[in-house]
Formats: sequence, C-alpha cells, structure tokens
Amino acid sequence: MTQESTKPLAPATGSSPKTTGSTSRRKRGKVGQETTNWPVMIILFLCSLTVLLPLYVTISMSMKSTKQAVDGNAFSLPAPFDFSGFAEAWELTNFPVTFTISVLVTIGSVVGAVLLSALASYAIVRNWEHRLFRYSFFYLLAAMFLPFPVVALPQIQLTGLVGLANPVGVTILHIMFQLSFSILLFTAFLRSIPLELEESARIDGATTWQTFWQLIFPLLAPMSATVAIFAFLASWNDFMMPSLIIADASQQTIPVVQNIFQTQFSTNYNVSFASYLMAMAPAIIVYLFTQRWVMEGVTQGAVKG
Amino acid sequence: MTTPITPASASAGSLVDKTEHGQGDHIAGSRSKRGKPRVDPVYYLFLLPTLILFTLAITLPAILGIFYSFTNFIGFGDWELVGFTNYIAVFSDPAILSSYAFTFGFAIVTVILVNVIAFLLAVALTSRIRLKTPLRAVFVIPMVISGIVIAFVFKFLFSNSVPAFGSAAGIGWLSESILANENLAWLAVVIVTTWQSIPGALLIYIAGLLSIPGEVYEAADIDGASAWVRLRSVTLPLVAGYVLINVILGFKNYLNAYDVIVGLTNGGPGTSTRSIAMTIFTGFTGGDYAYQMANATIFFIIAVIISILQLRLTRGRAALS
Repeated sequence: MTQESTKPLAPATGSSPKTTGSTSRRKRGKVGQETTNWPVMIILFLCSLTVLLPLYVTISMSMKSTKQAVDGNAFSLPAPFDFSGFAEAWELTNFPVTFTISVLVTIGSVVGAVLLSALASYAIVRNWEHRLFRYSFFYLLAAMFLPFPVVALPQIQLTGLVGLANPVGVTILHIMFQLSFSILLFTAFLRSIPLELEESARIDGATTWQTFWQLIFPLLAPMSATVAIFAFLASWNDFMMPSLIIADASQQTIPVVQNIFQTQFSTNYNVSFASYLMAMAPAIIVYLFTQRWVMEGVTQGAVKG
Repeated sequence: MTTPITPASASAGSLVDKTEHGQGDHIAGSRSKRGKPRVDPVYYLFLLPTLILFTLAITLPAILGIFYSFTNFIGFGDWELVGFTNYIAVFSDPAILSSYAFTFGFAIVTVILVNVIAFLLAVALTSRIRLKTPLRAVFVIPMVISGIVIAFVFKFLFSNSVPAFGSAAGIGWLSESILANENLAWLAVVIVTTWQSIPGALLIYIAGLLSIPGEVYEAADIDGASAWVRLRSVTLPLVAGYVLINVILGFKNYLNAYDVIVGLTNGGPGTSTRSIAMTIFTGFTGGDYAYQMANATIFFIIAVIISILQLRLTRGRAALS
C-alpha cells in the first residue's frame, strides 16, 4: 500500500510539467516522431470554451456600467469599461470585513488540518501495534462515510449552546471534516519513510518531539502542501456549513454573503458579478500557483482513499 | 478507496517496524512486560487532542442526533421518547419521498454525464496533442470555484442568455428560463453540477490512462485494432477500476447536493428540485428537529451502505493500489 501505491501515480503527476507534447511512453512506440492530432486539439479547444465562457461572462459583466448590464446580454464586451460595480459591491457586502473573516476561517482550517492530522498520523503510524492508536485510525477515518447533513442539526444546536455559532465554530468543524482525508494521505506517506532515518536521530538523543518537528514534519512537506490546498478549497468555497452554523449574518463568509445579497443586487448585474468575481478570484489565483498539488491530491485521495 | 490500508497488510508491515523499533528502544531500556515497546507519552499528546475534538465535534452530535430521532424534540424545550413514530412518518411523507426521488435521479444522471465526458476528455488530453499542461489546467478550474457562486453565474445565463438563444432559434421550450419550469429545472442543476464535477473525475481518469503501459497499445496495433476497438477492448477494461472509483465517489457527493441548488433554484419551482440535504435542514427552522433527524439517520444508513458497497467492490483491485 505504501511504496507500491505511490508509483502508479508518479507518471500522472510527474508527466504534467515535463512531457508536454513530447514522449509519453505510449506514443514513442507508435509514431516514433511526434505528430499532433489536430482534430482532437480543435475539439479540446471547443470544449474548453464551456469552462472559459462562464468566466469570461463573470469578468465582462463585472466591468460594465449598470446601464449596459441591465440588458442581460452576457457576451457583449463592456462599453465603456466601468468599474463602479466593484466599488458598490465592496461597500454593499462590507467586503473588507467579510474577506477578513473568510481568510481567517480558511487559514485556521488549513493550519489546523495540517498540524492536527500530521501529528495524529505520526502517532498512529509509529504505534500501530498498540490498540488505541490502531483503532483511532479507523475511528477517525470513519468520518469519510458521514455526510455533513446527517450531523448538521445537532451541530447547529451544540455550537449554539457552547457559544461557537460563529466563524470559530466553523473553523473547528472545517478542520474536523478534513481530518479523514488528510490522515489517510499522511499515514500512507509516513509508512513509506524508512525507519532507519529516525533511529539514527534517536540514537543521537533526539526525543520524539524533536524527531517529529526537526525530521519528520519537514519530510512531510509535499504531502502537507496537498493537504493544505484541499483544506483551503474546502474551507474557502464552503457555503453549507457557515450558512447553517454562523448565527450572526454580519460575521458570514464570502460565499454565504453572495446569497444574502442576492435580492439587494437585483438587476444591478455589474454589482453582483463584481462581487462574484471577488469571491472566485482568490481561489483561482491560489490554484494557478499550486496546480501540481491540486492534481496530485485528487489522484492520491481517490486511489488511496 | 481501493484498499484503504487493510488491517492485515498494515499490521504485517508494522511487525517489521516493531522488531526494529524494539531494538532501538532496548538501547534506551524502555520495554514493557509484554514485550511491546512502551509508548512514548508524547505520542498521546500528538493524538489525543485530535481524538477528543473529533469526538466532541462529530461523534457526539451524531449520537445525539440519532437519539433525538426517537423523540418528539422540536429543537428546544421538553421532549419524550416516541419510538419509531418519526421513521414511520418519514416513509409516508410525500415531501421527503420526492426529495429522495429528485436527489437519486439527479445523482444518477449526473454520474453518467460526468463520467462519460470526463473519460473522453481524459483520452483526448493524453493523446498526441500540444499545449497539454495549459489545457489540463483550464479544465481543472471549475473544481476550485465555489459552488454557490458559479450557480449564480449560471442562473444569470439560464434566465437571460439561454432564453434569448431559444427564442432566436425558435425553440419553444428554450425560450423561457428552464429554472422557472418545474419539469426542466432539474436539468439546470445537473448541468452546473456536471460542470463543477468533471475536473475531479478527469484527473483520476488521466492518472488511470497514464498507468497503462505502452506495450499494451503496441500489441493492439500489431493486431491491427482500430481506434475504437482499442478504446473499447484495451483502454476501458484497463481503467475499469478508476471508473468504479469515480462513479461511487461522485454518486456519494451528489447525494449531498446543496450549494448549487440553493444558488440556482433554491429547491423550486415548488419543491421540484429540493434535495435530501435541503429537507433535512428545514428541521432547524421548521420545528420538526426530531422528525428530520429520523430522515437524516435514514440518509446516513444509505450513505453507509454505499460506502460498504464501495469497499467490497474496490477491494482486491491490486492494479490500483
């Protein structure tokens, strides 16, 4: 499961940056020289429009004047370019506050998910022969079978009771729902780290605490990146949990605020789309810089999980 | 979900660890009577906070919720045990039954669409093309956008651009917003969910296709297989495990449908696109907490059955793990 499992994945991820348009194993045997399959490329370009058009609409609508946007023509170019939609959306949704709350919830979720699951995974893998640790593994993993709607009502009730019907409560729940997936990835990775590495550190007198922070945690970095990016996407984009848990609408996260202000946006499409764009942009920007880990994470999560 | 570290293989692996680790510990002279290396207390510090938080945040609410499903609790105040009354009522509640029918129908159609499209895209993206990396990057973008936000964008398109196109092309049923049509609104939910879910399936298929050794195709070429025969008789059987993963993972996700529906139709028109999750959440404001917890418990049992099915079906597919 450990070393074997990472190998079939390596081509998938390793090939993305390097073998572009050149030699993937399959083609080498067949054509010898690279010939581009143009019909397929044209079809792919057309298909990519289904992804790009909604994004184009979002961007162009957000830059129109209210007068132009109201005609409902999604595909026209902005004429003239008018950025007042952004200013209005910024004011209306109280963007600085909303954004700060979303950022804090997301940072908390990412840091919490990485630290808690890395520590727990290390304890589990190194003490597998002890029942408590072994059973904890299956216990924590069982949450993968538990959809949020099943526990939502009692969670709303309990967070209300203990004063966590706020962004802090959402952060905690985001971390908890991210644990299964993260622990699965970390334990698989930890099992592939040779034990000799640690033993030499221990013979040199390092405690478990020092071994973890100085040796293991740095080794986990690539896996931490994957865990982090998934915790980021899950937390930043989540609508269901904050909308149900956070009681005070003025403390809501960005996706929920889009819903709250639907009626106030009304037909001021330039304002609403400016607001949508400000909600999407951070995730897309982070994605563009972390594509590799996103792609690795999906494959590894599916194949291991 | 192939072989999620089966107890047998994992403990077999750790047997080796144990002996080695044992020696290491022997130097330090810390061995318990039973021969197992003693656990460094620090490990408890690593594990227990997570374990306790998890129990408080997830296990406790789950148990509490299941318990309340056997009561007549309305969310506050007094309650008493009522046995299976809620469960019996759930099974004859048209609102709940229709939400199950909608959610399952939607999930089945979406799973088929997502997998057919993602598979074909994966074949195309691993074929002899240029610009592989940028193209792949574009196709993954929908995965990183918030469901409710993209649903609002599509809502605008469905209520403005699509009807404009429909009336220009003279297609009657398209000239009005499908979101306002009780019989067609579900289609909009399927389209947006499909749009958002393709990247995940796509990446898994790409990994599957790249794991097929080139020699297999060489052999097929020597036999003179056409492109279609190659796809059907060579590629598909070899990625069957990945198809299974995508179908089950996807299906489980679509059963939780919520964000996209809230953004597009908010369950309407009428209750035609109300999902299971949406009916459960009505228990929070509607005063039938216990009743909706019975609904949630049934939903949980269904989720567990699907997960067990998944473990059964994917176990032993060594090619994947």
